[in-house]
Amino acid sequence: MKKWMQFLVLIASISSTSALLASGGFSEGGDKQMPTVANAKWKAECSGCHMLYHPGLLPERSWNKMMFGLDKHFGENASLDAATRDEISRFLALNSADKQDNRRSNRLNQSIPASATPLRISETRYFTSKHDEVSATTFKRKSIGSAANCVACHQAAEKGDFSESQIRIPR
Amino acid sequence: MRNWFVILGMLFSVNVFAAMPQELLKQYEAQAKQESPTFSGFSAEKGASFFHAERMHSDGKKVSCSTCHTNDPRNQGKTRANKVIEAMAPSVNPQRFTDVAKVEKWFGRNCKDVLERTCTAQEKGDYIQYLLSVK
Repeated sequence: MKKWMQFLVLIASISSTSALLASGGFSEGGDKQMPTVANAKWKAECSGCHMLYHPGLLPERSWNKMMFGLDKHFGENASLDAATRDEISRFLALNSADKQDNRRSNRLNQSIPASATPLRISETRYFTSKHDEVSATTFKRKSIGSAANCVACHQAAEKGDFSESQIRIPR
Repeated sequence: MRNWFVILGMLFSVNVFAAMPQELLKQYEAQAKQESPTFSGFSAEKGASFFHAERMHSDGKKVSCSTCHTNDPRNQGKTRANKVIEAMAPSVNPQRFTDVAKVEKWFGRNCKDVLERTCTAQEKGDYIQYLLSVK
């Protein structure tokens, strides 16, 4: 083989390996992280009181139950006008964990029994198994508040990125 | 040319959405007169005691406006889910009481959360009057 051909083969193998690494290796299909999604009303209304949760964190049936019980939203009144509620509901359903093809949403969704409609992400088996090394007192730290405050430790949580490299647990 | 559109758009949106707190008070005044024939204006003092008054919620916890907004409306508050609430007093946060829909949305939610009922126009007016008086 000529020198320049060897070089070409080397470059090709390096770039294909790095592409494989970037895509998360041999995964069971779909991306590793949740995709970027956007809806102005979802962003404005659902981040007024708490961090913005990615629709890929719960299945459609959970979002529907949530959106039709906003007058008693975890003990608070978070009612919306019907038009806003319906638009956000559609957006959440379209991008929900059971409509996504990314590894995290798939696994999260698979950890929920078909008979269950959880409203708290932190009650899913996927969540509890991923956080079994985090103690209850850590979650209660003032800088964190509760397990609902993903963004306290997962810097990019609001973008749907929960990768290991984005974690920093505050004191 | 494009700049002109942007400026025109800004002017338009300001006209449509912006309301001064005083205009809002006028709307509540009209409503308050309908609710009570003996309406005699809004009071910052009554608004202040409304803001700070603690009551026992049916869930067994003491609540008031200041639970989340703190005792001083010039301060930032915090939601139960750990998010910052910008200050309520227009003297430090001029955005307050400039968007009718927003004001109504939050009175609608928070009156039910704190008082477990809707607020009267009198109470809303007193509340705004108080917050306007905080310099």
